[in-house]
Amino acid sequence: MIDNQQNTGGAGSSPVEHGLEAQAAATGQDGEYKIIAFCCNFCAYAAADLAGARRMQYPTEVRIVHVPCTGKLEMDAVLAAFERGIDGVLVAGCLEGGCHYLEGNLRAKRRLEALRGLLDEIGLGRDRLRMVNLSAAMAPTFVERVQEMAATVRRLGPNPLRGTGNLPAQRNHKLEVPATVQGEKST
Amino acid sequence: MIVAARKPLAELKRVLARHNKVLCVGCGTCVSVCLAGGEREVSIASYALRMARKLDGKPIEIEQLTIERQCENEFIQELATAAERNEALLSFACGAGVQALAERFPKKPVYAALNTQFLGILEEQAVWTEKCLGCGDCVLSDFGGICPVTRCAKRMLNGPCGGSTEERCEVAEPERPCAWQLIYKRLESIGQLDNLERIYPPKDWRPSWHGGARKIVREEHRV
Repeated sequence: MIDNQQNTGGAGSSPVEHGLEAQAAATGQDGEYKIIAFCCNFCAYAAADLAGARRMQYPTEVRIVHVPCTGKLEMDAVLAAFERGIDGVLVAGCLEGGCHYLEGNLRAKRRLEALRGLLDEIGLGRDRLRMVNLSAAMAPTFVERVQEMAATVRRLGPNPLRGTGNLPAQRNHKLEVPATVQGEKST
Repeated sequence: MIVAARKPLAELKRVLARHNKVLCVGCGTCVSVCLAGGEREVSIASYALRMARKLDGKPIEIEQLTIERQCENEFIQELATAAERNEALLSFACGAGVQALAERFPKKPVYAALNTQFLGILEEQAVWTEKCLGCGDCVLSDFGGICPVTRCAKRMLNGPCGGSTEERCEVAEPERPCAWQLIYKRLESIGQLDNLERIYPPKDWRPSWHGGARKIVREEHRV
């Protein structure tokens, strides 16, 4: 299990101090921003796990979402994150040429580049979304990329959509009950 | 298949500026296959529109629905309830689908989310090329199944223009092959080069859209 908040506790701090620090990180200035890292099962997720096992520290803003392959990541899942106020999205896949499914990461790269253009059109800016490539053994690289993303997000400031209320998107999302069925029930 | 592409977000924002509750309607046929107006594309565009409008300080509520085909009343019927509770419809269909919705819902504004491009085929994943102009008087049988009306930029019917270089069209070099080069090679390979000895008179464009929107009535199938 990966829990980066545990891994960011100061070395040698008591359990109480560690808890206080974690709480401060979640609510205070350090934890002000939220970044989602979509991590491929075959590389980045293992790299993050390794970083945790090695007690490497990385910013608490990051929440890891485990995906089977970056090629499986739907474009609208990334947009959903931004609409819900996430400040930055990091997509971490295998090294180019090293995809477990041969070219999932290459497809993800092209799709994410298109999404970055769309983020510009929307007005959020392309820099809030980034793809990185690494192998399962590259825990230090994972930590570096996360730190870079956190620095980018701090520079850009909070997602202006944060806290803009309940989202109609959830009601009509394709994985949920279709709008027609809802409408028929309500009438 | 009909091939289309999404309009820029700025244009969609402009056409929807006066509305706060919109139904985005996808089409499950041609534009789904060409990755422009299916369920997934409607979802992406809806997220983008909602976020862009929120950033402008004018939030919009969007409902999404994708039907099998927007050019047939039978399927449009499924939209009736959803259309009723929204101010306007944003259609992710070809021009035919948009107009079918507009006819079906006379009191609702209907807007086009896509630019309808052409009748074409899928060359490879995510690459489409135009193959048919719908000229109403097909000449493919004489030219080995390669259309000079659509694929020759000058619509030459009696041989190449002389401007092509290295088998490429001079109008869109280097992407587009010279249609007449393709026609010659094709007729040669099927042993029908003698087709080219026939002189084509100037094409009659009346069966094409030059005479206005066309209509076909098949009396034997009417009910």
